[in-house]
Order: sequence, then C-alpha cells, then structure tokens
Amino acid sequence: MTTAPAAPGTRTLTYADAVREALAQAMTADERVFLLGEDIGTYGGAFGVTGDLVHRFGEERVRDTPISELGIVGAAVGAALTGMRPVVEIQFSDFTAQAMDQIVNQAAKIHFMLGGAATVPLVLRAPGGSGTGAAAQHSQSLEAWFAHVPGLKVVMPSTPADAKGLLLAAIDDPNPVIVLEHKLLYKDSGPVPEDAARVPLGTAEVRRPGADLTVVATGVMVPRALAAAERLAGEGISAGVVDPRTLRPLDTETILDSVVETGRLLLVQEAPKTCGYVAEIAAAVAGSRAFGHLRAPVGRLCGLDVPIPYAPQLERAAVPQVEDIVREARDLVRRW
Amino acid sequence: MSSPEQWTRPEPGAGPAATAAEPTPEQVIAGLRATTEGGAELTQLLNPEGERLASAHFDPYVSDIDAEALRGLYRDMVLVRRADREGNAMQRQGQLGIWVPLLGQEAAQIGSGRALRPTDMAFPSYREHGVAYTRGVDFKELLGIFRGTDHSGWDFQAHGFHPYTIVIGNQVLNATGYAMGQKFEGKVGDDDGEATIVYFGDGATSQGDVHEGFVWSAVYDAPVVFFCQNNQWAISEPTERQSRLPLYQRARGYGFPGIRVDGNDVLACLAVTRWALDECRHGNGPVLIEAFTYRMDAHTTTDDPTRYRLSDELEVWKHKDPIERVRVHLARTGGADQEFFDQVQADADAFAADLRDFCFNMPDPPPERIFANVYAEPSPVLEAQQREHLAYLAGFAEGGER
Ligand SMILES: Cc1ncc(C[n+]2csc(CCOP(=O)(O)OP(=O)(O)O)c2C)c(N)n1
Repeated sequence: MTTAPAAPGTRTLTYADAVREALAQAMTADERVFLLGEDIGTYGGAFGVTGDLVHRFGEERVRDTPISELGIVGAAVGAALTGMRPVVEIQFSDFTAQAMDQIVNQAAKIHFMLGGAATVPLVLRAPGGSGTGAAAQHSQSLEAWFAHVPGLKVVMPSTPADAKGLLLAAIDDPNPVIVLEHKLLYKDSGPVPEDAARVPLGTAEVRRPGADLTVVATGVMVPRALAAAERLAGEGISAGVVDPRTLRPLDTETILDSVVETGRLLLVQEAPKTCGYVAEIAAAVAGSRAFGHLRAPVGRLCGLDVPIPYAPQLERAAVPQVEDIVREARDLVRRW
Repeated sequence: MSSPEQWTRPEPGAGPAATAAEPTPEQVIAGLRATTEGGAELTQLLNPEGERLASAHFDPYVSDIDAEALRGLYRDMVLVRRADREGNAMQRQGQLGIWVPLLGQEAAQIGSGRALRPTDMAFPSYREHGVAYTRGVDFKELLGIFRGTDHSGWDFQAHGFHPYTIVIGNQVLNATGYAMGQKFEGKVGDDDGEATIVYFGDGATSQGDVHEGFVWSAVYDAPVVFFCQNNQWAISEPTERQSRLPLYQRARGYGFPGIRVDGNDVLACLAVTRWALDECRHGNGPVLIEAFTYRMDAHTTTDDPTRYRLSDELEVWKHKDPIERVRVHLARTGGADQEFFDQVQADADAFAADLRDFCFNMPDPPPERIFANVYAEPSPVLEAQQREHLAYLAGFAEGGER
C-alpha cells in the first residue's frame, strides 16, 4: 500500500505500531485496561505488536499467560464481569478454536442470559489470514464464525488508522468485540492520528468512489481491491471500493448507496467462498432498495474452498490476488 | 522460496520489541536456578561426565545395551544432530520455509524412540525429527513438510509415527484415543502388548487437551506413555509460567505414575521409556515421563532467543550435552576408538549432503494439488473450482493477461 502524506495531527505509522499505540493510550487513560496473551511480555508478541508495553505498564498489566487459549479467554471473561477491560491476544486467530467455548457460550451469551445485569467488555485481538507461508492451521480467515454469533461484534481493520481507531472503540464497547488483524498488514504504513480518536463500530468507509462498479472487500482484500481499481482506471473502468470495517454490526446503507450508483457489485474476501461472510452482503443487497438498480449478477471472488496449502505458489493461488480482482471486475463491467 | 513469517514474529530483532528483551538480574538468577537443576528425583544412568550410574530399578531395562548398542545410540544422535543443523542451514538459504531445531534434545528423542517396537504407535508434536528417524521415517520426507511441498509425506501406519501436529496439545487427545483402541482390541495385557507414546512440550502441559488426555487415559487404563520434553522454554515463556510443580508430579493427581528422567541421558531415556511402555503393554498404563532437557537453539528459525534468555544458560547446558557424555563414556571405557568417532562423523556428513542434494532438487507441487484431499471423495464444487482455476492458469500460459 502506498504511504499517503500525513495530514495535520497524524503521522505515518505501521499497522502494528498503530495497534500498540491504541493499546498504550487505552491503558494510560484507563487502568482497568490490561492485556493477556502468549509471548506478549518480554518477547513483545509473536508479531511484535505488544513490543515494549510490558516495560511501560509492567507484568501485571501485560500478562504472559500459560499456553492455554481457553484459559486466556475464560479468565478475560471473568475479569470483564468484574468491570475490568481485558484485551486478549490470541497468537494466531486459528487458535480461537481452542477458546471458542468461552467466546461463544460465555462471552457472547452472558449479557443476554443475565437479563442485562452484567456486561462483558472484552476485546479479543487475533491475527488472521494467509500469505506468510504458515500453512493450514496458521492461516485461516475465520471471521464468518464470529459474525454468525449474536452477542459478538466483529471488526476487520484494513489500514493503520483503522487498526488504531477501531481498537480504541472496541475497548470502549460494553460488548465482546473480536478484532481480526491481518498478518500481512502489520508492516503496512499509513497516516495515523496522534490523538485517541475512535472509529465508531458499524461504520463502513468508501475507500475510493467509482461509477461503474462497487467492490466491497474485507481485511487484506481492501488494499488489493484498491490496487485493482487503480489498474482498472487505466482501462477506463471506474471501480469504487467500500471497506465495511465492522462486519457486525454491518453498515449496510453505505454499501447500498454505492450499489445504487454503480449498479454492479463485486464482493471480495480471503476466506473460502462457501458460507463466507460476503454472502451476507449479497443477501442484504438482494433484499434491499438497491436490488432494482443492479445491472449485473452479484459477483463473489473468494478464497478457494480448500485449506490454505503450505507451498507458497499454491498458497498464493488459493486466495484472491490483485490480478484476480481486476479480471472479475472487468468481466462484470464488460459483460453487463 | 521466501517465507518471511511462520509461528513467531517475522523478523527477529526488528521493531520495538527488540528493546524489550532485557531480563532483570533477578529473572536471570531465577531462570538459571530453575532450568539447570533436575532435582533429586532425576533418573540418570549416564551423568554429564560420562560416568555410568547404577540403578537397581532401571538397569535391567538396558542390560542388553553393550558397547556396540551404545555406539549405535551415539551414531543415531550424531546423525540426527547433523541433519538438524543441515535443516537449519537450508532454511537460512531459503530452501525450507521454516525449520524447527531439535538441538539439545537428541537423547530424549533417540532414547525414547529406540524404546519403541514396530507395533507401537508414536504421536509427535513438531520437533521430533529424532523420533521420526528411529521410526524409519526418511528424513527426506520430513524435508517435504518444511520445504512446503507436503503436509505429511510418510505412511504413518506403516511407520507407527503419526503426522506432525502444530496445534499445541491436540495430539495428546488423539494418542489417548488411539491407545484406548489398542486396549479395546485386546492388544494389551502381556509381554507382546502394544502401547502408544505421545510427545509434547512443557508449554503444552497448560492446554486443556493434555489434561483431558490424562483424565481419559486414566479412567480407561489406556496404554499410553505421555512423553513431555521439558526443554525449559515455550517460545519465550519459561516452564514456571506453566506450572508450580515439577511437571512429572502432576501425574499423581490423575492417578498414574510420573517420572522425571535426565532428558540429556540417552541411556536413562531408553530405560525409563522401556519401563513405561512395559507398564502400558501389561495394562498398567498410562505413565507420564518428564524428560528434563534444554532447547539449545531457537524455538524455530523465525525466533531469536536472545530476546528473552541469556546465553549463560546455554553455556551451563552445554556441559550437559547429550552426545558428549556418551562419547566420553565410550572413549573412557574403551567402547569406541577414534576411528569409530571419525567414521560416524563422516557418515553424518554424507547423510547431510544427501539430504541437501535431495532438498535442492525437490519438485514443486503441481497446481491441481491444491484441490486434492479436501474431502475423501470427489466434490462437485471443488471440481468446478479446479476446472476454472486450471483454465485460468492455462490462459496465462498462452500469454493471456493475468
Ligand atoms: C493451540 C496453539 N497455541 C499457540 C500456538 C503457538 N505456539 C507454537 S509453539 C508454542 C510453544 C510451545 O512450547 P512447548 O509446548 O514447550 O514446546 P516446544 O516448542 O518448546 O518444544 C506456541 C505457543 C500453537 N501452535 N498452538
């Protein structure tokens, strides 16, 4: 991704630095905020996200835990119930599987089952996605699992600024929020506000306006969609890119507004196609005021329905790349 | 092939975390104390000075280990270490996606692996290249995994060696289930009984999977040996982060025996594992073995241990090297001469050269491999995706735009 010149009140930071800054600002502002995870202390996190936070805030607030994801989330649920603001790091989002019982059966249900008597202000951050040669059990995109569970909110930041702003909003939120970061984005740079400005949950962002086609992309597919739109512009195709940013609650209106204008929709996700999250967007559009404006069938470009292979060339082939988005978008516009 | 990031952070030393790696003096002292002492209960037959210590209980389990057999164990360890170093080097040269070093854990792996019979089943985690070797798995097949051409190249049933498991602790439950099957099929109960062994690390002992495996194997009397290689570290976390109690003592709470063995003593590892397997064969399982050892290299090739531990610790453990003590013992007792040691070194170098040659010439997997083995039978959805994908690639080959 290109590094845009920093606007006043912002500087250029990497996505990982932006997450760390959000954590530091939240911890400074509110002593109830603390971190739990594996190797997040001295080691600074498997992807270097927590970095030096243990030295700035101490081992009480940056806790290296036993290697037990269920224990981590279970403890965080307990802490959240007492009014603390735990922020959990699961080393790879794949290992939320170990913690799923606490996430789904406790964190997501407690507020409802106690008739609103308690809240679970818990944030779970986890890197997901492929592209790093980490094979089938360290590369999955599991957002649809979480988005399907009432009681959870789900966030997928695609820029450094959003990585910070959405995380701060997630920490404020009284509900359990799953923040799915992307491994490939950690080193991307971009302008990030110095202050602790929140990006409200449930607001999509039009990353690029377009007239011929709306591309809705999530996570690492956002920068790929933007790169594709740039190439398409060279061919005379004006592709807009909408980044939902929050998958649940979804800002449907922003997407519909764009589809009404362009009449064509291409949905792009890294996760496998079958029962993937973007199918929800397709269904939302089909049942909406935008339906009559569609001039083409809704396109869906997703990961193949396979586990992520370890071999780098196969791994690359398993998920959409910029050239794939260009091709699909071009087909949609030319054919319809 | 480039694979910038694997199980740990992408570039060791890069970014602000690097400044975070300064342990306090108290941490250092505590760490050294905790990691170098195996405690009074440590079972040892060959001490770091190469002296043979008698054990009334365990000597019978290695009564067949004469000088020739010991030379064999020595050779195994040297070969495996040499191959391990080659794996590390090939990763550095971009030939492997990642390497998970076993350096320092040769005795634990060779000793326990050589205790197994062909009818036994072993469930590794991901560092058990030494055990793989003892199970007759060709090291070349291991390389296929780490190069990224395959997930598991070997026939696990033929070798009695399950595929590697990267998700911490999972295999303990699978091994427990397998062992229960051995019992239900009546393959347990006499000298010819079967048994299962499962390998995991100190960090894994915190996973619920491991505790559930302990409970299940106990209530079903499953013939499974839990072989925990306590190499003192779970990436950056010391064993104190996982337990207050020496790990082997946990077994008591589940109702089966636990024992701590010097994991750098190949003879003791062989004896103790043979004993534990024997218990299992006769229906007296399960058994927990804690092999007290040390991960002398990084967690993986993407890790930089200087960020969280001091080199003093490594220096202390070098004095307990698993190979050196056997060498000293063989030399001192006349069990081997210089010619033997030279020959083993030459064999090891040839072994490594062969691996290297093989690895550099390993073919890339074909594109259709991506669709293979998702389901046991053909799937119309995947077949359609495969057709589309191959047509897309064919268009590219014909000069079509990608
Ligand atoms: C369920 C799960 N959580 C986290 C990880 C990331 N991880 C890989 S290895 C490791 C440490 C394991 O330490 P230990 O069990 O002591 O084994 P060792 O690597 O030292 O042999 C961690 C946390 C993982 N692979 N699986």
